[in-house]
Amino acid sequence: MSKIIEGLKYSETHEWVKVEGNIAVIGVSDYAQKEMGDITYVDMPDVDDEVTREEEFGALESVKASSDLVCPVSGVVVEKNEALEDAPELINQDPYENWIIKVEMSDASELDSLLDAAGYASLIGE
Amino acid sequence: MKYYDKLIFELSKKGRTGFSLPENEFCASRNGGVKPAGCLCNALPENLRRSSALRLPEVGEVDVVRHYTNLSQMNFGVDTGFYPLGSCTMKYNPKINEEVASMPGLAALHPLQPESTVQGALEVYYNMEKALAAITGMSNFTFNPCAGAHGELTGLMIMRQYHILRGDLKRTKVIVPDSAHGTNPASAAVCGLEVVVVKSNADGLVDVADLKPLLGDDIAGIMMTNPNTLGLFEREIAEIAKLVHECGGLLYYDGANMNPLLGVVRPGDMGFDIMHLNLHKTFSTPHGGGGPGSGPVGVAARLEQCLPCPRVIRKEDGTFTVLHGSEESAGYVSGFMGNFGIILRAYAYILSLGHQNLLLAGKFATMSANYIKESLKDCYKLPIPSICKHEFVFDGLINDGAHDDVPGATTLDVAKRLLDFGFHAPTIYFPLLFHQTIMIEPTETESKETIDAFIEVMRKIAAEAAEDPMILKAAPHNAPISRPDETRAARQPILKYWDA
Repeated sequence: MSKIIEGLKYSETHEWVKVEGNIAVIGVSDYAQKEMGDITYVDMPDVDDEVTREEEFGALESVKASSDLVCPVSGVVVEKNEALEDAPELINQDPYENWIIKVEMSDASELDSLLDAAGYASLIGE
Repeated sequence: MKYYDKLIFELSKKGRTGFSLPENEFCASRNGGVKPAGCLCNALPENLRRSSALRLPEVGEVDVVRHYTNLSQMNFGVDTGFYPLGSCTMKYNPKINEEVASMPGLAALHPLQPESTVQGALEVYYNMEKALAAITGMSNFTFNPCAGAHGELTGLMIMRQYHILRGDLKRTKVIVPDSAHGTNPASAAVCGLEVVVVKSNADGLVDVADLKPLLGDDIAGIMMTNPNTLGLFEREIAEIAKLVHECGGLLYYDGANMNPLLGVVRPGDMGFDIMHLNLHKTFSTPHGGGGPGSGPVGVAARLEQCLPCPRVIRKEDGTFTVLHGSEESAGYVSGFMGNFGIILRAYAYILSLGHQNLLLAGKFATMSANYIKESLKDCYKLPIPSICKHEFVFDGLINDGAHDDVPGATTLDVAKRLLDFGFHAPTIYFPLLFHQTIMIEPTETESKETIDAFIEVMRKIAAEAAEDPMILKAAPHNAPISRPDETRAARQPILKYWDA
């Protein structure tokens, strides 16, 4: 059983978004980290990079595979979680506490197309 | 194993050397301080000349020899031990292959020699084409691709060329099963084709019901591996071939798993139109760091015109010649005609085994895999219990030892623990259809004693996991290094000794 947090938005590609004003905090779901197994590397964009909804913004590498991170919203990266550079396993330990990037959204209405906790739970069949 | 971890730079002593060269007669010191006209220094523009001496290690000959011999003893290969790396067919490479490939009349050839002086080499290509055609049921082969994935790309270029020659330009999609080798979708993408994934059913085989709606007039073809990456024979292959051909597409056979089919069934008879072979797997040539690969591509008769150039053909007078470009050809895919030394080794393998023994290779490989599978299925989860071909997958340990706060042993831990017992680890976490995949391929060249020793160790590891998974999690205990940070080593490699 994967942990799903109420109040977050979820994408079908298993990223979560926490909205703080005009900033979207983005990470990957518990389901995603379990599927990936031990995460060994987090490839992140740099601050000031532009990201686009439904486009790749980085990648997770695990002992099993490399998997693209797909951006749930468009905007500009204002912060990246540098702790993940030295300790990518933090995502395995707590995928909701350990966000990956923060994005200043250019179109907050994009959030409407994301899933809520219940919708995401049914997507992953739990 | 003796522990050895020195860098050659650490052995360096200023002024020590392993060679003695005569004084440079062009240097200024021999010419009264004036650079002679022939001085090489003058040949290079000022901005391209070094301003300081190269900081090479200064080491005596015996220390160089011992350094590299010590490093080489940390290698693992099929010549040192059992190597059950699934999907790679790490069979023993008979030494007679090396003997043939090092015959001076073959080893010292130059690709630009006149045809009349290389008739023997051309005959090897010609005979090899006939041999592979007989083994696979294809009509013709090109030997130009230098590896399996290069063969895939070449095969797809042939597929695309075939459709283009017929004026059928809307076929831009290639169907790839979800169990395929990662190179399949990658090759299709490199070839400019769009990848469509077809799912596996509960038996681990291509789901025909899922395939049907994908077929249409935009399908260039399907890429299949048979037996597939789970080691299972695609039993519906005749039906799949019929459906794909009916929609106007072609069937591509990924020859990575050809080993169990040797002498038993031929891709051409299953309905495949294009295929590649990995000579470095099925035909016992070195790979995995031991030598370059070779990925010959075979085609059905109606696709022969699309084969890349150059190709060897036999003239009416019985001599051999090289055919260069043609309008219909898919083009050139490599310089000259692939890795000749490897083709030669594979030719030696085919001739030394002969028809009868080649027939047995696939059956022995299949028997060994099933023997291991049945001997271990009470310790390791067997997701698909049917008879396998040359390889099979487990989905991790049945009892991983997890209790209270202690996490269970994973497939990675089992693989690392195997190293302690002198075995190469199997392929892990591929294919992605399961979470804890362990993919084991013993090949036909291992004795029952070797296979039994492997089974015994795998059972011991399973027992250890059940009792104390931390033994596995701390493994390897006996290897020169324990668990390197492989991802970071690939992402941020340190490739130089000096900082500046």
